[in-house]
Amino acid sequence: MILVEAKNLTQRFGENTILTDVNLKVSRKEAFVIIGPTGAGKTTLLRILDLLDRPSAGSIAFSGIDITSSKRLRQSTRRRISFVQQKPIVFHMNVYDNVACGLRWRGVKETIIREKVMSVLELVAMHEYKDRNAKTLSGGETQRVAVARALVTDPEMILLDEPTANLDPISASKIEEVLTHVITEKKTTMIMATHDMSQGQRLADRIGVMIAGRMLQVGSPREIFISPQTREIAEFVGVENILPGIVTGRDGNLANIEVEKQNIEAISAYHEGERVYVLVRPEDITLSLSGESSSARNNLVGRIVKMVSVEPLVRIEVDCGFHLLALITNRSSEEMGLTIGKKVYCSIKASAISIIKRW
Amino acid sequence: MEEIWTGFIKAVGLITSFDPEVIEITRRSLMISASSCAIATTISIPLGSLIHFTSFRGKRALISVIQTLFGLPTVVVGLFVFILFSRAGPLGELGILFTPVIMVIGQVLLITPLILGLVISALSGVDKAVSETAISLGATRLQTAILTLKEGKFAVLAAVVMGFGRAFSEVGLALMVGGNIRGFTRTLTTTISLETSKGDIELSMALGIILLLIALSINITLNRLQQR
Repeated sequence: MILVEAKNLTQRFGENTILTDVNLKVSRKEAFVIIGPTGAGKTTLLRILDLLDRPSAGSIAFSGIDITSSKRLRQSTRRRISFVQQKPIVFHMNVYDNVACGLRWRGVKETIIREKVMSVLELVAMHEYKDRNAKTLSGGETQRVAVARALVTDPEMILLDEPTANLDPISASKIEEVLTHVITEKKTTMIMATHDMSQGQRLADRIGVMIAGRMLQVGSPREIFISPQTREIAEFVGVENILPGIVTGRDGNLANIEVEKQNIEAISAYHEGERVYVLVRPEDITLSLSGESSSARNNLVGRIVKMVSVEPLVRIEVDCGFHLLALITNRSSEEMGLTIGKKVYCSIKASAISIIKRW
Repeated sequence: MEEIWTGFIKAVGLITSFDPEVIEITRRSLMISASSCAIATTISIPLGSLIHFTSFRGKRALISVIQTLFGLPTVVVGLFVFILFSRAGPLGELGILFTPVIMVIGQVLLITPLILGLVISALSGVDKAVSETAISLGATRLQTAILTLKEGKFAVLAAVVMGFGRAFSEVGLALMVGGNIRGFTRTLTTTISLETSKGDIELSMALGIILLLIALSINITLNRLQQR
């Protein structure tokens, strides 16, 4: 069942178009994560979904009812949604009162408020701070209060804008823990914006990739990770080898693609003469000193031009007519005695490669 | 110099001995200014919130007009009120000219733009994220306005104190519409003005000292508020 549906949302501020024709359908109980680089329009989209801003064009429906233009419906619908902004602010009151605000505004009885506020403060592990002036909290604590404040009203949908972007790793994982609880136990519908692909994969049922104001691809975390549909998405989701090539022939479901005069075989439906990008994740490349033992379809020989150690892994750049970036463990690199200038074989399975159209 | 010094000694004497006339005038001054300040605040806070939280054509122009009226000459307000309430004027039948009531009315006219303008800027000074967060958490417009006022309470209080200070220290209006009637409409400022021209330096000085002390405490309060 669809809880929120946005159709053709466009947002313009003067000359600038921030969102272009964004369509979005989120089901009840779904965790939807919008990923995209800074400035992609994620915040703008969330603000429209929270009914803080009106779109320049397009419509939003909640539970099938269009609420784009009705002032009364917007107010009542807004009370079913909570929004945790990227840099949340707290009011000049203690933590308890900050969290209680939303309930007081809804006219809830103080005894019930007390119960709800205390339970949600415990959930975010801030109950010991209830009498603290909220303005004196650290960034991570403020964020937890903001999450508590958003959850206390039992919203049908919670919107989060980069909830862990400015936090230290411990605070960030606490917030994620709370969010996991909210989506798995309470089954609250969630729409979250993040630029952190791995966070998206941990929390999302579905991911939407937003780049330059457009929702370019929507799919399961695995789909987005394995087969990004455009070059921008591929770059964003961490495909570091993006090689321009041309399809030179086909053999069953395999396509032969020429990249810098080398042949690469990959599973693809593209036809001869089509311009494509060959996408290879660095972790899908196996390095060896002799290519013979490999069962992979593609074995490219080259010389190591660069090695950067990021414990426990090492990123190795190999020049095999074009540059390929491989990621292996430091230990296996040491075992093979890899150094700059050394000749290596790069093996890539045909199934590990994805091919996208190059315009 | 000698004269000023003896004047000063006598003035201090008047204050420390709680001279009944000094006390009476000071009390009246405080009462009138406090009343006008209370009324002006009651008008300005809701009206200021309304202006701040609604967008309409000419809003900027309206705010400019309000700000221009900050420096409204007291005698102009005095003249206006005088014409309005004099025997032959449109509201002459009320017969309130030369009473404390009309002094309050005049002062309300004088300081409402000041308090109103400062309330609006106090609200604009509150981070826009406050009202947005409130709206997002389900607050109605009224609830949002109340929260924003609370968040900007020191600036709002400062606005009220400024209004009180202006009402308390002005002389032109009080003299014109109050008439400086002994035991009835005489305030600190009007008495100083009259007694000085009569040559009674001691009483003027005593009242001047009180005026200064009160003005000083108002300013200290204001400074503290603005530092919050």
